[in-house]
Amino acid sequence: MIYLDNSATTKPLPEVLESFRQVSEKYYGNPSSIHRFGADAERLLLKAKQQAAQLMDVKAEELVFTSGGTEGNNLAVKGIAFAHQNRGRHIITSQIEHPSVIEACKSLEKLGFQVTYLPVNSDGVVEINDVKEAINDQTILISIMHVNNEIGSVQPILEIGAIAKLYPKLFFHVDDVQGFGKVKLPLINSGIDLCTISGHKIHGLKGTGLLYIKRNTTIFPLFHGGAQEGDFRSGTENVAGAVSLVKAMRLIIEKQRTQLDDMKTTTQLLRNCLEQIEGVVVNTPRQHSPNIINISVPGYKPEVVIHALSEKDIYISTKSACSSKKPDESAVLSACGFNKKISESALRISLDYDNTEDEVFTFCHSLSEVLQQLSEVMG
Amino acid sequence: MQYDHILVRYGEIGLKGKNRKIFLNRLHENVLDKLKEFSTISIKTTRDRMYILLNGENPDPIIAICQTIFGIHSLSLAIKVDNDETKIKEATLYALKEATDAKTFKITAKRINKEFPIHSQDMNQILGGYLLSNTDGFTVDVHNPDIEINVETRKEATYITSLKIPCAGGLPVGTAGKTLLLLSGGIDSPVAGYLTMKRGVQLEVIHFHSPPYTSDRAKQKVIDLAHQLTSYGGKIKVHVVPFTKLQQKIYQDIPHGYSMTVMRRMMMKISEAVAFKEGILSLTTGESLGQVASQTMESMNAINQVTNYPILRPLITMDKEEIIQISKKINTYDISIRPFEDCCTIFVPSSPKTKPKKDKVIYFESSLNFNEDLEETINGIEVIEISHSTSHEDEFSDLL
Repeated sequence: MIYLDNSATTKPLPEVLESFRQVSEKYYGNPSSIHRFGADAERLLLKAKQQAAQLMDVKAEELVFTSGGTEGNNLAVKGIAFAHQNRGRHIITSQIEHPSVIEACKSLEKLGFQVTYLPVNSDGVVEINDVKEAINDQTILISIMHVNNEIGSVQPILEIGAIAKLYPKLFFHVDDVQGFGKVKLPLINSGIDLCTISGHKIHGLKGTGLLYIKRNTTIFPLFHGGAQEGDFRSGTENVAGAVSLVKAMRLIIEKQRTQLDDMKTTTQLLRNCLEQIEGVVVNTPRQHSPNIINISVPGYKPEVVIHALSEKDIYISTKSACSSKKPDESAVLSACGFNKKISESALRISLDYDNTEDEVFTFCHSLSEVLQQLSEVMG
Repeated sequence: MQYDHILVRYGEIGLKGKNRKIFLNRLHENVLDKLKEFSTISIKTTRDRMYILLNGENPDPIIAICQTIFGIHSLSLAIKVDNDETKIKEATLYALKEATDAKTFKITAKRINKEFPIHSQDMNQILGGYLLSNTDGFTVDVHNPDIEINVETRKEATYITSLKIPCAGGLPVGTAGKTLLLLSGGIDSPVAGYLTMKRGVQLEVIHFHSPPYTSDRAKQKVIDLAHQLTSYGGKIKVHVVPFTKLQQKIYQDIPHGYSMTVMRRMMMKISEAVAFKEGILSLTTGESLGQVASQTMESMNAINQVTNYPILRPLITMDKEEIIQISKKINTYDISIRPFEDCCTIFVPSSPKTKPKKDKVIYFESSLNFNEDLEETINGIEVIEISHSTSHEDEFSDLL
């Protein structure tokens, strides 16, 4: 099997699974229970949080364990909107955000909030000037993703952060689900107030994630109840999930330190190979995340290509898995200004640190074979 | 060009005369110990300054650690160059360009090596002119500069430093003996421990634990506090006293108005016994005059009567607000406010005497025989050694 759909999800590492299993077995106490068994679970949870904080160079109190990217993004966007609507009711985001941000914003529009969906340039990048111009005295939140999940473009987060800093009234949220472990994003002094991370994109488990909430930032919780996680997220803590997430974080950061250059080389190789296949157009800009390549095969139905590759035990995806059940063209590619032919025939190949050059060659070879066969049938 | 070493300034050690060496040796050892994970750096201690040679290491984490070491007054990142005008100019320019937030600057040249041909005043002029003509947007302000660049020409080399980073001050831990800190888990006692450490004192800790009235979480809190305090000094031994039986006896047999006073006296007796056994010469508490019933002048007098050991009370004149400020600075506040009961908050009478009479205390105590209980309690003390480097939660390290 060749798995090249790592932006959809990744394979959990054996070490991560082992941690989850051990914690579930040995520390299943409720961290809120006052007995010793509960206290052990609480200590473990705190230790996990401290380690995550160390890895991200922030404070442990600034982290909230969540169920993943969608919850993190919803908690950030709605949490800020509801808590600070008295300051203003305007939100700025981009047209290429993940649905968990876009749809959260749309739901807020129904409640009377105003949302500006910033366009992106042909490289899939938000223009700084557009951000500046969109800010008004009602703006309370800017939510921009770090790395785009479909074409892999990297947003100028630090520059936007520098602008956000000039407006003490507004908060800046970054969806770093696709960037964490691949593209560095220093949080300290960055102007970032909230940042979402998901476990299953970094070889952790589904249902795990965390949200960074800068000290002294208040948000309105999505879940009310037992006041766990500093009252930001009620519900009995998923200790095993949290521990496994932090282990996955540690391991991916290790890989980022030692294997990033190799991954860049492999991705570059993939790009070069793809560019040589007839009928393939590479959509990903030159400056991009080190693991995502988006291509189009104009004239072919992308679903058919995916299914044909599945026959060969090779797995890639169309657009984002979260929106790929909707039939239309890719909203992200349209936002980048690609024409309909391109944006409705897009395919995404996303690597992890362990994909090999051989796998890349085999994939490219198979893709050109598949395209050949399909064109004969259709031709 | 880059900053190649950290220049460390001593505080009060500089005032020491003949025994300065004792202080310097201790500081040198403490710094070595704290920075042992950085294997590439080297440390040179001289009579007036300490130099940490970076050898390419990132200075930021090293500076953060140095800021917690007592005996260091301030430090600066520095560039060492030969006593050569061109090289000095280049290094000064680098130091200014690194200070991205600054708009105004001042040069302060010092010529300790009088053989160097350029006089300090001339050097100020030369370097100021050079910087102005090689940068944009900087101006000179000799009275209130954003950044002061120091150029010190010594015999062996010239040192260029800019930002002065204030550090913890005090005296190197280990130069002033040991004290036994009574650590309850509240906000005050860790601050008291920190402040005694600041004067060069090494800590051991005593904690009174009364299960099942106090929980494991309360004990954990004390261990976590002690662990936090190790970042300002070396290892800390924690003596956990099984206090339940004694406390129950006091509660049952002593009139409630006086139970608190008697309990405190027992704590002092036990502490003194531990200090004696460990060769420790003083006790330290987080008492602040008038804060609670046990900290009035009368209470302290009645409680103090049971020991001849000096009791250090570094917080005695401080307001709660000042204490809280320090506890936040030293990162003990968040641990201290965890909501678990300690032995001082259980069995509390509704109105303890704020002005206990000594003769009454003695009378109440005399009707009971505490000696056996005290001996049993002292024999049951559990000792936990806590050091900074080895986390006390290693049991979890495989999972994470």
